[in-house]
Amino acid sequence: MFRLPLLLCGLLAASTCLAAKPPVRAALKDLYFSEGLYHAYQGDYFDAIARLDTELGQYYGLDEPGLDSLHPHVNQAEFSVGDFELNYRMHRRAGRAIKAVLEGNVQPPVRNEAAYRLARIHFQKDQPRDALTALERIKGKVPEAIRDDLDFLRGNVYMAVGRFGDAAQKFKALQNAKGFEGFASFNLGIAELRGGQEQDGLLSLARAGRTGSTDPAALSIKDKANLVLGSRLLEAKKPETAKQYLDRVRLKGPFSAQSLLASGWADAALEHYERALVPWSILAKRNVTDKAVQEALLAVPHAYGKLNIHGKAALGYGRALEAFAQETEKLTNSAQSIRAGKFLEALVREELKQDRDWVIKLRSLPDSPETFYLMELMASHDFQESLKNYLDLETLRKKLDSWEADIEAWEEIIARRRAYYQPLLPDIDRQFRMLDSQMRLRLDQRDRLDKRIKSMLVAPRPDFLATAEERVIRGQLDNIEKRATTRAGKTDPAILDRIQRLRGVLAFRIHTGYDRRLTDAYKNLQQLNGVIAALKKQYGTFIRTRQAASQSYEGYDATLSRLRARILEAREKSATLLARQGHLLEQMALNELEQRITRLEEYQVKARFAMADSYDRAVKAQEAGGVTK
Amino acid sequence: MFRFLNSVFLLSLLAVHLPGWAAEVSREQIKGLDEQVQEIKSDALGIAAELNRLEEKLLYPSNSQLAVFVSLAPGAKFRLDAVEIQLDGKAVAYHLYTLKELEALQRGGVQRIYTGNIRSGEHNLQVSVLGKSASGAEYRNNASFKVTKDVAPKLVGVTLAAPGTANQGISLKDW
Repeated sequence: MFRLPLLLCGLLAASTCLAAKPPVRAALKDLYFSEGLYHAYQGDYFDAIARLDTELGQYYGLDEPGLDSLHPHVNQAEFSVGDFELNYRMHRRAGRAIKAVLEGNVQPPVRNEAAYRLARIHFQKDQPRDALTALERIKGKVPEAIRDDLDFLRGNVYMAVGRFGDAAQKFKALQNAKGFEGFASFNLGIAELRGGQEQDGLLSLARAGRTGSTDPAALSIKDKANLVLGSRLLEAKKPETAKQYLDRVRLKGPFSAQSLLASGWADAALEHYERALVPWSILAKRNVTDKAVQEALLAVPHAYGKLNIHGKAALGYGRALEAFAQETEKLTNSAQSIRAGKFLEALVREELKQDRDWVIKLRSLPDSPETFYLMELMASHDFQESLKNYLDLETLRKKLDSWEADIEAWEEIIARRRAYYQPLLPDIDRQFRMLDSQMRLRLDQRDRLDKRIKSMLVAPRPDFLATAEERVIRGQLDNIEKRATTRAGKTDPAILDRIQRLRGVLAFRIHTGYDRRLTDAYKNLQQLNGVIAALKKQYGTFIRTRQAASQSYEGYDATLSRLRARILEAREKSATLLARQGHLLEQMALNELEQRITRLEEYQVKARFAMADSYDRAVKAQEAGGVTK
Repeated sequence: MFRFLNSVFLLSLLAVHLPGWAAEVSREQIKGLDEQVQEIKSDALGIAAELNRLEEKLLYPSNSQLAVFVSLAPGAKFRLDAVEIQLDGKAVAYHLYTLKELEALQRGGVQRIYTGNIRSGEHNLQVSVLGKSASGAEYRNNASFKVTKDVAPKLVGVTLAAPGTANQGISLKDW
């Protein structure tokens, strides 16, 4: 009888620890990756994946990804996407992404980490054989950060495939590992019990039940260890020892009700019914929705009966019947409310997302019978997963609605931009073409000057560096010479001499000042380069602005209409899935409630018989007392 | 009676883990639906990525884009209440932090607080921080920075350090 719960307990503990641990803070050099983490740390995995996917897509599209800020963290980013996908319950996609890393050309530590993550996915999806195959791929160096997690996973996988000895070895090695206190001991105990090492198993569970941590998860596993150990000992007919462990379970923890019930049974087994009444009476005062409380309501009068206080026992059964009747009515109302579709409406209440305690508060809302048993339903893993899927679908529905509105707004923006730019652009383009041709002309001139100066460095050409004044004077001298020759029919040697002298002076000045002039010309060209650079910058700015103007409204139509179609399709699909998932949740809830009603009806039958029996015994005892008198 | 109740108790231990409705809602049904939900999530993520790219291109072209990111210095344990960003004297972003957001920042997440468009050239960026120090005292801090925008998208990281620490204050980094 205990085997199955023990195994399940073991797996539950394992999964508690396998849940994504907060990543260690490391300085990232990529803003977008860090932005993805910001969303993920808030549990907003959709935005985290979308952000990081976009970033990775851009990274792989780069010509030189080595220069990108994501480059040093690209493996980490790939793993993070996988983690986010797992947290967003996209196991298939996460598995594919990690397999891609595993099969890529990567270093052994990276490959080993990928294999570990893949194994974890398989294990979480209840595929321990596949998890084992993935673990067997791990060879060589394992990153320090995952070493203990890997061993813990190995232990759990070994246990799931029936290799209890190997599992125990792994858990034993983790006894002192930080973060695994309690968990490793608990799972070690389960592995040993399942491997037939009864005594060792009990000792390990006892060790897990003494963990000194104050962490809520560790305290919870501590309670669980004591409950399982106590229940095991109770089954082995060692009620005295069992009670010691059962009484260690916290009165306010999640295992409190079951431990109080079991503690009472330990006393009852020792025939200490008056002591059994202590935990059972505490329990009987709690919320009757809890199955353990319902049982305590029967156990209390049962103890009174054993103590021969049949009158009190009869009254106790009467109270139990009353409580069961009220509970049955509550269950029936709840079922009716769920059938009326109110359950799904309650599940998507905004308060549920804002405050985890709201789930607990829901049960006390008088006008919401549909949510009275939400907490109890949440105890089932499948219900929880289905509920999360339902809530995810609801969030997706809202996102798709908002995206459609975005597209409409963008189309309006585009239309306005088109209306503004289209009439302006032809005139701007015409003016630009004129300026462009002028600019090209000037640029050609500058290039010619540059070429000429460079050639003068090799073959000096002083004439090229004559000033405008000198060129005018040279022209004037040519004119004077021409005029002097033409007027007299012959040339006056004196004038010619003077002209020649003046030409000589001019040539002397140009030649002697050549070096300085060449330097000045070079400097002037440099200055011109500055002006040209500013002009080119302005030109570039204009081109970009002009392009931006066109790009602000051109080329979006096809993309937007394709996106709109995808959104519509996704909306239809998500609406269908939302309805199906909702129906499934309702079905689960109704089945659970109906089962509870059936059980309560059985309890009521038993309680009625027991009450009648108690009354009979009370009357007989009274009569016997009278006869004696 | 004892036997009956004891067996009920043992069943209750089982019931914590075994869903009672298994006979009517099959595992295959749950699994099949779960796979379809995974597919629609994948489709939606594809749409979101494309919308992100389109939004950036349409609303924040690279030649005018400015994005401001906020992070906390490692170990900064102060309670950050609000951050205001002013650009050239005009308030462009104001954010009040929830506990979840603060924890995300403390764990190394980086928040994109503002994305907008500015002209190329030099701009004044003013950051104002409001919070409480570890001792519970009110903490206010302001800092001004010069930001130069060119043709590429401008990414600016604002790092906030805790009051009273060696590197207290607001620092700015160009990315």
